[in-house]
Amino acid sequence: MVKEELANRPDNTAFTQQRLPAWQPMLSAGIVIPGFVIIGLAFIGIGVALFVTSQSIQLLELDYTGVEQTSPCFKCSDPNAKNCMCELTFSTDTLFKGPVFFYYGLSNYFQNYRSYGVSKDDDQLSGNLDNFKSPSDTCAPYEYDRNNKPFVPCGAVANSLFNDTFKLYQIVNGAKKVVPLDGKGISWWTDYNIKYRNPAVTPLKNAFNGTVKPLYWSKPAYELDPSDPANNGFINQDFLVWMRRAALPDFRKLYRRITDGDYAEGLPAGNYSLQIAYNYPVLSFEGRKKVVFSNVSWMGGKNEFLGIAYLVIGSLCVVMSVVMLIVYAKFKFPEEE
Amino acid sequence: MTWRSPLALVREALRGQRAREKDLRNLASNLPYEGLEKGKQPNRYFPGNAIKTTKYTLLLFIPMNLFEQFHRLANIYFVGLAILNFVPVVNAFQPEVALIPICVILCLTALKDAWEDFRRYQSDRKLNNTPCLIYSRKEKQFVERRWKDVRVGDFVRVVCNEIVPADLLLLHTSDPSGVCHIETSNLDGETNLKLRRTMSGLCISHPVFEPESFNSVVVCEKPNNNLNHFKCYAEKPDKEKVGAGIESLLLRGCTVRNTDHAVGFVVYAGHETKSMLNNNGPRYKRSKLERKLNINVFFCVILLFTMCLIGALGHFLWLQALPVVPPFLVPDSNGHLDSPSLSGFYMFFTMIILLQVLIPISLYVSIELVKIGQIFFITNDIDLYDEDTDSRVQCKALNITEDLGQIEYIFSDKTGTLTENKMVFRRCSIMGTEYPHKENAIRLAVLEEPESEEDIIFDHVPQPPNTRWSLDTEDTNPEDTQHHHGSWRKSKVAGTAQSNVAFSSPLETEVIPDRKLLQQISRAESSSSSSQKIDPYLDFFLALAICNTVVVSMATAQRQRTSESLHSRQTNNPLNTLSNLVKKPGSLHRIFTFWQRKPKRNRTISEDSVTEGDDFNPPVKTEEPGDINGLQTCSLYAPSQCNMPATTSDNLSYEAESPDEAALVYAAKAYGFTLLARTHDSVTVRLPSGEDLVFEVLDTLTFDPIRKRMSILVRHPITKKFVLYTKGADYAIMELLGTPYAEHLSGSQKNIAADTQHHLDCYAKEGLRTLCFTKKIVSDKMYESWLVNRRRALAAIDNREELVMDTAVQLETNLSLLGATGIEDRLQESVPDTIVALREAGIQVWVLTGDKPETAVNIGYACRLLEDEDLVINMSCKNKLTCTSILDCTLEEVRRYSEDPRNVDTTQDISLVIDGRTLTMALSSDLQDRFVDLAKRCRSVLCCRVTPLQKSRVVKVVREKLKVMTLAVGDGANDVNMIQAADIGIGISGQEGMQAVMASDFAISRFRHLKKLLLVHGHWCYTRLANMIIYFFYKNVAYVNLLFWYQFFCGFSGTAMIDYWLMIFFNLFFTSVPPIMFGIMDNDVSAEMLLGVPELYRMGQGAGAYKFSTFWVSMLDAFYQSLVCFFIPYLAYQDSDIDVFTFGTPLNTISLFTILLHLSIEIKAWTVIHWVIILGSVVLYFIVTLAYSGLCITCNPPSNPYWILQSQMADPMFYLICILTTVVALLPRYIFHVLRNSIAPSPLAQARHLDRLDPSTKSELIKEWRSFRGGGQVKRSRLSTPPSPTLETPVDIHLQSPISSDVMGDEFILNVITENYQRPLHT
Repeated sequence: MVKEELANRPDNTAFTQQRLPAWQPMLSAGIVIPGFVIIGLAFIGIGVALFVTSQSIQLLELDYTGVEQTSPCFKCSDPNAKNCMCELTFSTDTLFKGPVFFYYGLSNYFQNYRSYGVSKDDDQLSGNLDNFKSPSDTCAPYEYDRNNKPFVPCGAVANSLFNDTFKLYQIVNGAKKVVPLDGKGISWWTDYNIKYRNPAVTPLKNAFNGTVKPLYWSKPAYELDPSDPANNGFINQDFLVWMRRAALPDFRKLYRRITDGDYAEGLPAGNYSLQIAYNYPVLSFEGRKKVVFSNVSWMGGKNEFLGIAYLVIGSLCVVMSVVMLIVYAKFKFPEEE
Repeated sequence: MTWRSPLALVREALRGQRAREKDLRNLASNLPYEGLEKGKQPNRYFPGNAIKTTKYTLLLFIPMNLFEQFHRLANIYFVGLAILNFVPVVNAFQPEVALIPICVILCLTALKDAWEDFRRYQSDRKLNNTPCLIYSRKEKQFVERRWKDVRVGDFVRVVCNEIVPADLLLLHTSDPSGVCHIETSNLDGETNLKLRRTMSGLCISHPVFEPESFNSVVVCEKPNNNLNHFKCYAEKPDKEKVGAGIESLLLRGCTVRNTDHAVGFVVYAGHETKSMLNNNGPRYKRSKLERKLNINVFFCVILLFTMCLIGALGHFLWLQALPVVPPFLVPDSNGHLDSPSLSGFYMFFTMIILLQVLIPISLYVSIELVKIGQIFFITNDIDLYDEDTDSRVQCKALNITEDLGQIEYIFSDKTGTLTENKMVFRRCSIMGTEYPHKENAIRLAVLEEPESEEDIIFDHVPQPPNTRWSLDTEDTNPEDTQHHHGSWRKSKVAGTAQSNVAFSSPLETEVIPDRKLLQQISRAESSSSSSQKIDPYLDFFLALAICNTVVVSMATAQRQRTSESLHSRQTNNPLNTLSNLVKKPGSLHRIFTFWQRKPKRNRTISEDSVTEGDDFNPPVKTEEPGDINGLQTCSLYAPSQCNMPATTSDNLSYEAESPDEAALVYAAKAYGFTLLARTHDSVTVRLPSGEDLVFEVLDTLTFDPIRKRMSILVRHPITKKFVLYTKGADYAIMELLGTPYAEHLSGSQKNIAADTQHHLDCYAKEGLRTLCFTKKIVSDKMYESWLVNRRRALAAIDNREELVMDTAVQLETNLSLLGATGIEDRLQESVPDTIVALREAGIQVWVLTGDKPETAVNIGYACRLLEDEDLVINMSCKNKLTCTSILDCTLEEVRRYSEDPRNVDTTQDISLVIDGRTLTMALSSDLQDRFVDLAKRCRSVLCCRVTPLQKSRVVKVVREKLKVMTLAVGDGANDVNMIQAADIGIGISGQEGMQAVMASDFAISRFRHLKKLLLVHGHWCYTRLANMIIYFFYKNVAYVNLLFWYQFFCGFSGTAMIDYWLMIFFNLFFTSVPPIMFGIMDNDVSAEMLLGVPELYRMGQGAGAYKFSTFWVSMLDAFYQSLVCFFIPYLAYQDSDIDVFTFGTPLNTISLFTILLHLSIEIKAWTVIHWVIILGSVVLYFIVTLAYSGLCITCNPPSNPYWILQSQMADPMFYLICILTTVVALLPRYIFHVLRNSIAPSPLAQARHLDRLDPSTKSELIKEWRSFRGGGQVKRSRLSTPPSPTLETPVDIHLQSPISSDVMGDEFILNVITENYQRPLHT
């Protein structure tokens, strides 16, 4: 009868009385020493592995902007030059192990600029025909041309598609031997298969009726790759690579891979010639263009920073453990055995 | 209602305004106008009696609440941002999305406000609908209406024990002499009865009062809040004016006592009543932490603006550096670009939107949630639960929990807060012999334990006066007590506050006589009856019974209104219990447990009485006749027992001005000297022999604070002699003792005085309130001559009071000592312990009481507010000049004392005792500073005789002058002002109604709960919240800065590399719960540790854990961490083909890990919940992000996170970067913590360390540590041995009286002249 009266009595549980069993870590010098040692050693190990891996990656960068007068592309850097071609030669001393990735790189190019990045129409790019006729207003001013015809694909990103093209030759005994470049699968699988879709109209050309190609484009979207009908429209690999905006102003984008034929094992030592169709203007904003050959490891491209950072932090942890040992010896709690 | 022109309405309103503002109001009776429309009513301009304290109305809730909420700057900020986002040139995100956070915040806050207002509305409605009686002309009688129907000009009838609904001018009472007693405890906390008279000269007090015959106009002053002042006059039709003052005003909120009914004319109603005007509404309390927090928010705003400015400027410069328009610059639709400066200007706002999270958007909501959680734990603390009243601690203010951890000053009410507010007769000393009343002490001890009070009225039968007090009767009492206390509880819960009739608890009314003394009396009686000689023992009890101003009333009349609850109590009583026992299957087990609890009680009792031995055996074993039937019969017999004592003497109830007097009368009654009646000129006492003696009262020399005694001059009905009985404070009596008590004890008189003094000292040390009783036989001649003087003095016009006092002093000489009494205003349980602990926690405790200084000082010692070795400064002066000089002198002395190099080690504690009048002067604007300076140096301050407004003024002055956190604790309505003035108001739900509780921020049921509430919950709440807030700032800065650093790489264009939804989720889901949990649940130090080492509380006082340095350190840490979190991935991904959102994903993940692990470093105790929430957050992050980037293909254009985390998680680099970055980011903080804990651990860290040890070494180390830290300065030795001086062995006879002599001695040292003490009686 007593219990029933006490309706307001709080529950006497560990939770309500804040007596839940608790682990109370005391951060003190003695306790953390093993942790520091373990982390330090582990980091040094990872660091060594990363560093060694990074060292093994071969990298070849060639600037072809044509700023210097000696550069073979200097003539093309003139903004008035149309359909200019230039040729870059380089040589490798050793085998450039394959698969070799062929990138083009731009510097001082802000693909991450906000209004630039916004300027596209995802629905249009996923094949929605309504958006062909009236693109999203985020595309402005690359929405309609002067005749009020919609741009397809609309927007600044698509409009500024990188349009230099490259051909690589190995110079074997003075003769140029074409190095086959593989343009398949250079974009994200999800971009190619899910995100970007051409409208389900055959031939593709019909879907673009009543629209115009973007201002800077020389060919309409459905004719981007005449050699492969499956590589046209919005699912053109180069277009997809370009549409994935780079995070930083100095970036490279995958252009081709060298995986076929004689070059599957890599680029053998020798002289090479790179033929460039120089279209894309960058000098106006002090940008730079380059091509990059690189092979990749499990950790991606060449980057020594991570390995060094791991080594430094690992060593630091080891040093800290020594410091902690000293502190522990001097200031331990009296009853800490 | 008929239509009236707007002009007339305006005119009417203006006239009403004028009527209300006028200095004098003319009020007429409403009766002639009854039933007429409002425009014809004479008193229509004055507000009605309905009160409304709510803030909102139902219809206007949304606009008003929004308006209210937008007073919060933060809300305006958020809304501004949301609006800004709708402006196309500056928007950073999709506009609609930005609205979500602010809407959530506004809704949550509105819900909370609505709930609070609803509670106010309920309490108003309850009050407004309380029934009352208003006279109706139509029905020619008083009819029942509600409080809200009362209007100015009505006639209201108030029945005994009812609360007065409005301010009434008393016109008629049931008492033939036209008086009425009221109890004003609801207003000023004074439980004594005050006399009110009907307005004299308004000759309408016929036996039956006719309101309709009232045809005067009452002219009264404008409403004011002075409870002790009122002026009005009634103008009769013949222009005759009759004046009246406060003595004729019944105040709203008072209770009518001891008068059958009273009729009054309503002069003020509703919000104009004095009690409402005294109630300066609730103040919105903002916690100190919140105020500081706002400063920090302000810093964040500055930081935000700086960052935005950098962004804007950067954007401007970046644009300017571009030679031509690059392909990535998008012109507007017209094809032209804004100039760099304009773009920079726009960019400023874009940046604000982008970086808005820097102002912690969810902080305010999180704080509210944390506080709700904290309150949940406070209210669920079983240690703060009171079984007797079945009440938990209540948290009324939801937003100041953390202030509990920062209190520096506590202002406490005395009566009812420190004490139980129950005066209990404990001991007496007669003719130098001490009668310890052990049986009574046992009874009290028994009462204390089950705390059963009311049931005793019925069960614990008052014994017929002359029975011999044998062991067996005593045995039954505690048993009964025990059997019924379960059932009693139900009745108490059911009972209303009204059932609390003044001084009727059995604790006070029941006294078990001392056996030795009883024998002594019976012996004396037999001898005196034979020899016709007055024995001093009989005299003593006569003095007890006569020498007072106690009014006798019949209990039946008293309880008229409470009969309902009385009834329920009876039906709930033992019979019911018994049937319950039979019905409930588990009852037998319960009975069993009942008996099991016995031995414990036995032990506690035997501490007090070793001699009583086996008195408390279970009745099953005893063979006393009363208990033969064992348990069940006991329950069965109880009701019949309770109905039995319906004799007249037991239905008497005493109404006393002070509870002490009542206690003494009850004590006399226990010995058979029953005060039967008191009229103006006679007192009737029934003697133990059954004989009724009627004493003729010749004069009453009333109590005044200068004489500190009162006397009554009576003519003895048998001896026909004039006898003067005097009672008073011991020092006021002792020096007036005249020639030896010649009759038969000559020679030993000196010893009597010395022995009595010794007993008095012992009483005082025990914390009892002492009174001395003396007698003097006044010869006829002397009386005659004195009477002449007396009459002259009474008739005097100038200096009347002084002359009257002089005559009193003239008569009160050559007294012969009869004895002394010790009355206990029992301290609540563990009060001294609590006060000592609070003081060790660095809190200054002030006691503000309406009591007189002696009592206050007495209690001060008892509750260890004052220590024996304290230097007590007593300040009491009449005019400002003396007050100033005393203040200056004292301050000078105290300063010199503390500056004296000799006193460096022996810092003596100084205590200040100050009375209300002096306080008023000390608090005047010119003396304020000096007073506060003095008070600051005092360890404790006791303010006596202070009014409610003074109490709040003291609190306000200290709060404002010293800039400290204050807490006020009280239980009565007189504490309401103080409770509202303090930073934290705590109400003690107890004896004196609910006003204090209603006004308070926290309501507890016992003073001792304060200890845990402050030391444990206060500390926890404060450290938790402070750490949580700091963490919150850190979290937001660390996260937002990632975006900021990215601006350097995207041309300051306001790009976010993290999807906006994920950013919202990040704050809303992934990182919101852990800090809230941290704020609710983190236990830095265990409760035992905090209670054991009160010094730890000092960590929270002043700046506490939440300092600006802490804030800035965590800001710097946030900057560092964000730098690391941004630049390590940046360097790792440099020169790669990474895209924007793929780059953002590891950043987001790293931030999550860093932020959560940072919290893990701060969490001091990991419970299951901590693990679940922290790990849950991480899991949730991955699940939600994976789901979002797996399902959302084009759902959130333009950002497009499809499959990004998935692809990142397939890349080993992602993990390597995450691990490295997290470690680098947290390493400094981790190392800092480790080093600080090892090299210079804070007290809290040390305490935490001790917490981990096993209990025995822990307590040992705590002791060692405390003595080392000097924290245990306050001696705790007394705690272990409770003060119970054994009076039988007069060993410590040389001990000074801690009360009087110390006070005077110290004054002498200090050279402080206080008029009262220096020249007490020479006039």
